[in-house]
Amino acid sequence: MDLTIDLSGLKLKNPTILAAGILGTSAASLRRMAQHGAGAVVTKSIGALPRKGHPGPVLVKTEHGFLNAMGLPNPSYREFVRELETVKGDVPVIASIFGSNAKEFEEVALGLSKARPDAFELNLSCPHAKGYGATLGTDPLKVKEITKSVKSVVDVPVWVKLPPLANIAEVGLAAQEGGADAAVAINTIPAMGIDIESGRPILGNKVGGLSGAAIKPVALRCVYELCATLSIDVIGVGGIFTWKDAVEFIMAGASAIEIGSAVHDDINVFRNISKGIAQFLEKRQCTLDDIRGVAQK
Amino acid sequence: MMPMNARITKIVDETPSTKTFFLDLTLDSKPGQFVMVWIRGVDEIPMSLSCPNAITVQRVGDATSALFKLKIGDSIGVRGPIGNGFTLSGKSILLIGGGVGAAPLAPLAEAARDEKIKVKTLLGAKIGDELLFVKRFRGAGEIQTATDDGSKGHKGPVTELVAELNLQDYDQIYSCGPEKMMHKVLNAAKNANMTPKTQLSLQRYIKCGMGICGTCCIDPSGLRVCVDGPVFSGDILVDSEFGRYARDASGRKMKL
Repeated sequence: MDLTIDLSGLKLKNPTILAAGILGTSAASLRRMAQHGAGAVVTKSIGALPRKGHPGPVLVKTEHGFLNAMGLPNPSYREFVRELETVKGDVPVIASIFGSNAKEFEEVALGLSKARPDAFELNLSCPHAKGYGATLGTDPLKVKEITKSVKSVVDVPVWVKLPPLANIAEVGLAAQEGGADAAVAINTIPAMGIDIESGRPILGNKVGGLSGAAIKPVALRCVYELCATLSIDVIGVGGIFTWKDAVEFIMAGASAIEIGSAVHDDINVFRNISKGIAQFLEKRQCTLDDIRGVAQK
Repeated sequence: MMPMNARITKIVDETPSTKTFFLDLTLDSKPGQFVMVWIRGVDEIPMSLSCPNAITVQRVGDATSALFKLKIGDSIGVRGPIGNGFTLSGKSILLIGGGVGAAPLAPLAEAARDEKIKVKTLLGAKIGDELLFVKRFRGAGEIQTATDDGSKGHKGPVTELVAELNLQDYDQIYSCGPEKMMHKVLNAAKNANMTPKTQLSLQRYIKCGMGICGTCCIDPSGLRVCVDGPVFSGDILVDSEFGRYARDASGRKMKL
C-alpha cells in the first residue's frame, strides 16, 4: 500500500512525523527516529541564544498524560547548524525555530538555512516560555507578521505550529495570509500538577503543558476547524498513539500527523501506525486521499 | 511516573566529599540503575542507587549542595528506578571504579558475591580519604586501591593497575567513574579483545529520565543514556562520542 504524500511540496514516504521537542536535540537521535520509520523528523526548537531550560522536574507522567516544562533548552542556531548539516538522511528534516519577534525568527531561520533544512516549523505555541511560543501564537497579527518575515528570507516550505485555541481557525488564517505552507496543530495544553506532600507545583517551572492521550479530542477539534477554513495543508498532532488515532485526524482533513508522547511507550510507533493505516486502506480498497477530510462532508 | 515522597532516615559521611542518604523507600532495583531525585524548589537530578534504599552523592553543584543541607526526617521526591543497570554474568569479574563512580559498583560487587561469582575490584581516587566503599568491596572479594597522591595503595591512576592485569582472565569487566578513566579502561579492553564483555556506566546530562526529551542521546547511535543505558557494552561505545565530548544542559557539545 502506497502511503507516500506530498506535504507542502515535500515528498514523505508515509504521513507519520516526529514532533518537535522529542528526541530532536542531536542529528544521531533524529536519524534514529527516521530509521524507526518516521516519514519526516522535526528538530527540537532552536533559538538565537543558548538556553539551559527550566529547572527540574521538567517532565512528569501523570495518569492523564505527560506534564512538561522543558523551557526551550537549545544550543542556539550558531551551534545547531553544524548538527543539522549532519542529519541528512532519506527523510525530510524540518527545523523547528522560535524567537521573541519577527526579527529574531528571521535571524534564526537565516542562520539555519546554511544547513539546508527541508522546511521550517515556527514554534508559535510553546505554552510555558515567557515572551515566546504561545505568547505570540495567540495574536493573529503577530502570527501573520512572523510568518511573512520568515517566508521572505527562506526558500523552503514554512509550517506554523499553533496552540490549542478556541479561535484557532482565525489564527490559522493569519498564518495562511502570511504565506505559511502548512499549519500544525496543536502544541501542549497549559496545565499543572501539585505535589501534595509538599504543596509545591510538581514542575520546576510551576506550570507547563499537557500532552498525551488526554489532549487528542482537543487536537482533533482544532484540526477539523483548521481544515474547514484553510486551503493549505494541516498537520495534526496531539495524543496520537495508534493508527486509529491517525485515521481520525486524516478523516478530519489532516494531510499528515506528528507523534510525540507515544514515542515513550514505543519507539517503533511510526512504523506501527503506518502499517495500521495501510492495512485499513487495503481492507477498504481505498487511498489516503479517499479518506482525507471525509468527516468534513 | 510522579515523584514518590521519600524521607531521609540516615545520613552517612562516606568521604570528605560524599554522603549516603538512606531513605524510607526500598526500590525493586538492579545495581547500576538510578533515580531522579527532586530537591524541592531547587532541581531534579539523576543519582546512582548505592543500595535499593540509598543514594550516594558527591557535592558538585547547586542541587547536590542543597541535598547536603538536608537532615534526617527531611524528604525528597524520587522517580525510579530508571535505566537498564549492569548485567551479571560469568564466574570471575573485574570491577574498576573511580571516585563516586564506586556507588553503583558496590551493590554489583555484593550481588556477584551472593551468586558465588569471584570479584576483583580496582578502586581509585584522588586521595586516600576519597576512596569510596572500600569495606563493601573487600567484603565482596579482593580489592586493590590507587590514589593520585599515593596516600593509599598504588600511587597513580587506577588504570595503571588495569594495565598490570591480563583482562582475558575475567569473564566480564564493569566500570564506572570519570569518563577519561573509563575511556582508558575501554581501550585496555579493546586491546584484550574484551569490548563486548565490558560494561560501562555513562554519565550524561539527564533531564526527563523517560527517554523523551533527547538531552542524553549519544553519538553516533542516538541511544538514550537514561533508558537505553546508563550501562552500555563496550562495543557500542567504541568509536563514539565516549571519551571525547558530552552535551551540556542546552545541548552544546563540551569537550571532556
